[in-house]
Amino acid sequence: MAFSFLSRRAEIFQAVRLFFLEREYLEVDTPLRLPALLPEANIAPLESSGWYLQTSPELCMKRLLARGHDKIFQICKCFRKDERGTLHLPEFTMLEWYRTDIDYMDLMEECESLLRFVAERVASQSPASLTILADASWEYLSVTKAFDLYGRISLGEALTQGMFDEVLVRDVEPRLGFVRPTFLYDYPAQLGSLARLKSADKNLVERFELYVNGVELANGFSELTDAEEQHSRFVREREIAAGMGHSFGAMPEKFLDDLERIETAAGIALGVDRLVMLLCGAECIDDVVAFTPENL
Amino acid sequence: MYTASDLRKGLKVEIDGEPFIVTDFEFSKPGKGQSLYRTRLKNMVTGNAFEKTYRSNDKFRKAPLEERTMQYLYSQGDEYHFMDTKSYEQIAITAEQLGDNINFMVDNMDVAVLVFKERPIGVTLPNSVVLEVTRADPWAKGDTSGTDTKPVTVETGYTLQVPPFVEEGDKIQIDTRTGQYITRAKE
Repeated sequence: MAFSFLSRRAEIFQAVRLFFLEREYLEVDTPLRLPALLPEANIAPLESSGWYLQTSPELCMKRLLARGHDKIFQICKCFRKDERGTLHLPEFTMLEWYRTDIDYMDLMEECESLLRFVAERVASQSPASLTILADASWEYLSVTKAFDLYGRISLGEALTQGMFDEVLVRDVEPRLGFVRPTFLYDYPAQLGSLARLKSADKNLVERFELYVNGVELANGFSELTDAEEQHSRFVREREIAAGMGHSFGAMPEKFLDDLERIETAAGIALGVDRLVMLLCGAECIDDVVAFTPENL
Repeated sequence: MYTASDLRKGLKVEIDGEPFIVTDFEFSKPGKGQSLYRTRLKNMVTGNAFEKTYRSNDKFRKAPLEERTMQYLYSQGDEYHFMDTKSYEQIAITAEQLGDNINFMVDNMDVAVLVFKERPIGVTLPNSVVLEVTRADPWAKGDTSGTDTKPVTVETGYTLQVPPFVEEGDKIQIDTRTGQYITRAKE
């Protein structure tokens, strides 16, 4: 087992790199330790000698977009305090990619292509996962519709009662991606602080999540590129985070300056450890990493 | 005080004045959402269980449980009598509360009694005990065709599988958590 999952993991890394190479993406690597992070209400960063360990490479990657790099990807470590469970590690491996001149719909397509590509090239130990990924028509389901189908209350009611996360985790997620992968899309505006508002409905953001076997694999969106709007959303996120005792450092001003130089772009983060779990048929994230924090 | 992020299997907390133990625990966190702690909790007095999801800012009081060392004295019908080794106070615990523990208790054994608001609610035995074999079938020497274990009965009436060389009158060490044979005890 120890040998097989590490070699499977390596094969997946190589297949991912090959996919982006063939599509002429540039592989980048950016600093893990930053003086200020993008504030997010529900993420607790780890401090490192007065700076912070990145919770995602999003800040640096969008600054690279602003410098004129139009197609970039990165596989790197991210750190989130107090996240530990069968699907969570406080230090985990993330794949992120960003591209200019596309929106979240294009990105869902590209995400689907990536997973089909990887699944075909990796000697998977999980025929069940392969059958799901090989399905000809992946499901595209709006958050509103998903709550209507599976939730004990509607999306509107869940938001009013402050129960969105509970209903999502208890009723909706366990129903997603078992026959074919499911893209859950169009999230309430307050649940996408870095995503662009949907032009047809300003209560929603152009954000999606990919689910397979009830497990969230990836989160992507059309990028918000209005610096003023982004600044006011950061103020709100920082207030909520401060209430929970989390700090992200100073307002990321250089990021906001650079944001103005991006016209249209979309970006996505995919949990690599969870992708390895899927292709190995593993039930727990501990089974697909070389070391967990507990056995260091 | 505990917060929800301290929750884990085996943690004992007080809810509405009753002691509960976490029997199942799952951390979940939807993308961009908040951390949710899904638990199954069992009332340590009544045994009743329920499921509940907590958020990171939920707080719990540590269940006020006290562990007292007591000596097992004797049993009378359904009641098992113990004496606190410090205060010499005597208490009785029912067979139902003791569960499988009664298979491994011998007179004068020291045990840890869990006390909640002056009520004994459970007993923890040493991880292993030495008990005398009171009934065993003789081992047919040279018989290599059969299975490699045989059943024996120990002084408490408990029956378990042991290697064929164990004989009546032997003392054997038993793991109280699994109820399984560990080794033959040297006198």
